[in-house]
Amino acid sequence: MKVNTMMRGIIIFLCILLFSAPLFAAEERLKLSTTTSTENSGLLYELLPPFEKKFNIKVDIISVGSGKAIKLGENGDADVVLVHERDYEDKFVAEGYGVNRRDVMHNDFVIVGPAADPAGISKAKSAAEVFKLIAKKRAPFVSRGDKSGTHSKELSLWMKAKVKPSGSWYMESGSGMGEVLIMAHEKGAYTLTDKGTYLAFQKEGKINLSILFENDPTLFNPYGIIAVNPARHPSVNYLMAMALIGWVTSQEGQRIIADFGKGKYGAPLFFPDAIKSPR
Amino acid sequence: MGYLWEGIQRAIVLIISLDSEVCRTVLLSLRISLTATLLASLLGVPLGFLISTHEFTFKRPVITLFNTLLSIPTVVVGLFLYSLLSKRGPLGLLDLLFTPPAMVIGQFILAIPIITALTISAIRMVDPRVKWTAMTLGAGPVRTALTVLSEARFALAGAVIAGFGRVIAEVGTAMMVGGNIKGYTRVMTTAIALETSKGEFAFALSLGFILLVVAFSVNVLFHYFQGKRG
Repeated sequence: MKVNTMMRGIIIFLCILLFSAPLFAAEERLKLSTTTSTENSGLLYELLPPFEKKFNIKVDIISVGSGKAIKLGENGDADVVLVHERDYEDKFVAEGYGVNRRDVMHNDFVIVGPAADPAGISKAKSAAEVFKLIAKKRAPFVSRGDKSGTHSKELSLWMKAKVKPSGSWYMESGSGMGEVLIMAHEKGAYTLTDKGTYLAFQKEGKINLSILFENDPTLFNPYGIIAVNPARHPSVNYLMAMALIGWVTSQEGQRIIADFGKGKYGAPLFFPDAIKSPR
Repeated sequence: MGYLWEGIQRAIVLIISLDSEVCRTVLLSLRISLTATLLASLLGVPLGFLISTHEFTFKRPVITLFNTLLSIPTVVVGLFLYSLLSKRGPLGLLDLLFTPPAMVIGQFILAIPIITALTISAIRMVDPRVKWTAMTLGAGPVRTALTVLSEARFALAGAVIAGFGRVIAEVGTAMMVGGNIKGYTRVMTTAIALETSKGEFAFALSLGFILLVVAFSVNVLFHYFQGKRG
């Protein structure tokens, strides 16, 4: 009896050890910190596998807000960052944390809301005017509130509108783009979103919101890719980071970006910028 | 109500079809949480035993400390570990951030207090005569300890199961130090959080049901190995 209990204990112990061994297997990995929009849209799952195959490497996608994604690069916890927050990107490079920034692609921000458009923003002349109207009417607005690229774009638009948003109509959610869209849908609120995430959610019937304002020069949303400076963090995988930058800005990479979403959503979600019309 | 029903249906389909993505996530969850529970038990049970059977100056405060740690939020453990493992932190050279071993460490830290605290009370419940009897029958300290532990084995098993329950269900630490990387550090709970954020409520719910089924199976297996009473 005694021996049996002991034996059973040892067997369980060995089983768990064997079972957990693969956790510690080593292979070459590259850490890419990026925004939720690139992962949630599914783009990276088409863009990265050919690269992984070609270079025999696993790319670990850590998707967080742009602000945090760059922070991970500053701390040396990521090898390469793919984000959309130009001012912070430039600061990241200027302060010596990042090197070799390249333009990758862009899409557009749009302002969405209930089709009835209670604040009447669809007739506005500029994005700043839209925000002014929303604030004036105290129409419900959901903000990302998470220091993402979309959030900082939103804050810059409030600045342009010379409005300091506060009050019960202004909801700071602190969550990702998808959650914010769903929240706006549930509350009949306005929000600022990248067009890609909006199209994906609308087409799949998760939300029912209308694009009420778009095509304003201030709503341009460019994405950049930056390698983390190996002089600053010697342990980063700089070689593979550069290989990835080469890949996403190559003919093939840019082609994948240009074609992405055409079949599923009827329109491309992103427009390549490194090569305007890839073959 | 619609989501709930759809979630259950999809869970059944996913389980029957052995969906490879789901299987991989379940396996990873089990690997990480079982490893963490095992390591935490190896430390927590002896620690609880020593605290319970010895008299020392700060015994009460130490026990209170372990009881307090039971309620530490998982994100706080995640944050603490993150600041240690980041390249800017003191342990950055280990290159562990956003890897499965980092998640094991996080869950290990979470499981230690619960296993230790429950071991302390399990040992306290053992009739002190067991110890005296073993000693008068000529058992050495190790043998005596084993006798007492064996007397408390059902309560100890409860401690280990409670530890496992806490770590398999937690999302804060796994998200912070694992990074929710698909196919590498994405476990059941972080997958559920992600699918919820993507508005895939039915799929998220079905993963929740699968997590329940998995936890249930582990408990059944555990009881089986624990053997019959007596």
